[in-house]
Amino acid sequence: MNLLNVSGSPHVHSDESTKQIMWRVNLALVPALLVAICFFGVNALLVSLVSVVSCVLFQWLIEKFILKQPTTIWDGSAIVTGLLLAFNVPATASMLWIVAIGALVAIGIGKMSFGGLGKNPFNPALVGRVFLLISFPVQMTTWPTVGKWFPTQLMTDANSGATPLGIIKEGVMNGQSISSLNLPSLSEIFLGHIGGSMGEISALAILIGAIYLLCKKIISWHIPVTFIGSAFIFSGILWLINPETYLDPLTTILTGGIMLGACFMATDMVTSPMAKSGQLIFGLGCGLLTIIIRNWGSYPEGVSFAILIMNSVTPLLNRWCKPKRFAC
Amino acid sequence: MKTFKMGGVHPEENKISNDAAIEIMPVGKQMVVLMNQHLGAPATPVVQKGDKVKVGQLIGEAQAFMCANVHSPVSGTVLKIDTCKDAFGISKPAVYINVEGDEWMESIDRTPDIKRECTLEPKEIVAKLKEMGIVGLGGATFPAHIKYSIPEGKKAEYLIINAAECEPYLTSDYRVMMEHAEEICIGISILRRALGVPNAYVGIESNKPQAIKHMQETARQFEGIVIEPLKVKYPQGAEKQLINAITGRKVPSGKLPIDVGCVVSNIGTTFAVYEAIQKNKPLIENILTVTGKELPSQHNYKVRIGTTYNEIISHSIGQLPETTGKVISGGTMMGKAVVNLDAPTVKGNASVLVIGEKEARRAPETNCIRCGKCMHACPMGLEPYLFSALVRTGKTEEAKEHNILDCIECGCCFFSCPANKPLLDEIRLGKNRVRAMMAAKK
Repeated sequence: MNLLNVSGSPHVHSDESTKQIMWRVNLALVPALLVAICFFGVNALLVSLVSVVSCVLFQWLIEKFILKQPTTIWDGSAIVTGLLLAFNVPATASMLWIVAIGALVAIGIGKMSFGGLGKNPFNPALVGRVFLLISFPVQMTTWPTVGKWFPTQLMTDANSGATPLGIIKEGVMNGQSISSLNLPSLSEIFLGHIGGSMGEISALAILIGAIYLLCKKIISWHIPVTFIGSAFIFSGILWLINPETYLDPLTTILTGGIMLGACFMATDMVTSPMAKSGQLIFGLGCGLLTIIIRNWGSYPEGVSFAILIMNSVTPLLNRWCKPKRFAC
Repeated sequence: MKTFKMGGVHPEENKISNDAAIEIMPVGKQMVVLMNQHLGAPATPVVQKGDKVKVGQLIGEAQAFMCANVHSPVSGTVLKIDTCKDAFGISKPAVYINVEGDEWMESIDRTPDIKRECTLEPKEIVAKLKEMGIVGLGGATFPAHIKYSIPEGKKAEYLIINAAECEPYLTSDYRVMMEHAEEICIGISILRRALGVPNAYVGIESNKPQAIKHMQETARQFEGIVIEPLKVKYPQGAEKQLINAITGRKVPSGKLPIDVGCVVSNIGTTFAVYEAIQKNKPLIENILTVTGKELPSQHNYKVRIGTTYNEIISHSIGQLPETTGKVISGGTMMGKAVVNLDAPTVKGNASVLVIGEKEARRAPETNCIRCGKCMHACPMGLEPYLFSALVRTGKTEEAKEHNILDCIECGCCFFSCPANKPLLDEIRLGKNRVRAMMAAKK
């Protein structure tokens, strides 16, 4: 007879694991990846590959040679970071090497320097993205033209494309009214036939992924709804005040990174509050900051900054926002 | 359908021994009866070496306040009074009895007739519960005579019977309901009489539709017994959660059910109450499930208290399968892993649960990813992840401030943690430290 195991209760465990959660997030990102490949072609695929492979490789190298600890690359979290980083850059040929630098910053500084998965205060992909935006402003805002259907030319950097938010920022700064600008239609925006970072263009694809995550209870509705909702309401108020200088709320939430940010990056378990009440405040803050940066900041887009700022508030929110105790 | 409002999980139910009728386990050659089978102080042995005892004879007397009588489960000669290691390796005072025949006390009514009438006064009922050594059979083994002596100034309004059996695998309560529904209802009526409450509410999880139906049909012949089907959600049978589910009331932190006018009893206890009051039979038997996915057969037994785990295993399945990883007394969520299979069973033991090697091993622990699942699963609204950090860094005072003592140790946090952190182990450690700290301050 073997010796019996002895341990405290419970003696069963749910089938959920960190690994399963991360791979499910990866799966949820697939629809947006497919849309990116459809509209930006092979470049999108290559940028994603480079980003994912670099993230995984850097994590492996750091764990093996610097931290000297068993590798955790199979938990799939480095792939999530790689995909999200790729989703936040333009799908152009020059990004192929730049995104690898972003991966080093995301994994090395954003994640491993704090002790790896679970210990990072900021979303690693956004740390990498913001670093690239500041260091490579030209490449990071050179948008490829959106192809009709799977453009096959390799390695061409078309710079004629522009994002709706970029057009508005430039137009408003030049004193033009929004109604006089040439913006894509709402259906084009919803399906993703617009310029922008490769993973953020299609609200539809992002929503499909988000609904999957909601069903699997990996994210809850609190952050996405308050993020998108507060952005909608705040931009709606501004639009009602002056529709010539402020974008209408529907276009606001469907363009730029709000959908991707609200569904996939603000909801990152590690860097968002745990209690539902904290998540509501977190989402609200993200939405408000995004609109503030978009309208009065020097960048056309503010989602990354908004989420990073709210990430920094998360420990406080965890301290203030407690779950409701039984019988209290 | 009624349920508690906050947290909870749904582990695989695994009620594979549902259809196994209760069998009688034969008596072994020697019986070891622990004097400490209940919450509180051990009973004092009132027999000596060489004494002849009969089945049901008092051998350990309750002398402290929080204590219960212990009776001989067999007839024979007292071999010695010594200590014995219990199932978890802790030495306890015990009476060893050499079994000779099966001679019962004459006062015990062993006829199969069901005795319905009870004319005892509440005080007499409580005195008889004490005499018969009745304790709560839901797990805590709280002496019944203390529970049913309502303190001055308090008033019982609800009697709640816990038949949720929300623990995976366990089926003893289910079998008792299916086979002894009438006796249970008489037992409930007696407890209602003892408390003077108008209604008793029996909470049964809805994964036992046959038990619900059978109990409803039986309860119709009785006054004031309400059967409440409950949602299948663990820990539906935890005292505070069950009170919340059935009455909507909430027992505040550090308070007892009677503070909100409730008394909760396990369904198994009501059967023991029937036997004690109507048949003069002390608590000398357990209804016990022998189950496990890897066992060749599934069983429910009526076992004399004091039968060892090894005797139960060899009689029911011969021997443990090669692949056995763990033997658990109780269910998989709150049961305790057995250390010593030579130990005797005690009052309140509900199962011998055998878990395979693979299932018995915990997955390696990884970093907390702050998903908050432990927090959302906690039926008490606590923050298990925070306790883990506080206990690991020795912050006992802070753990107390965050109400670590409210933890009911249901295990929902550890069950749901994707990083496999041993949250409940750490919380138990923290609770012990907090209690030690509070004792030191006094």
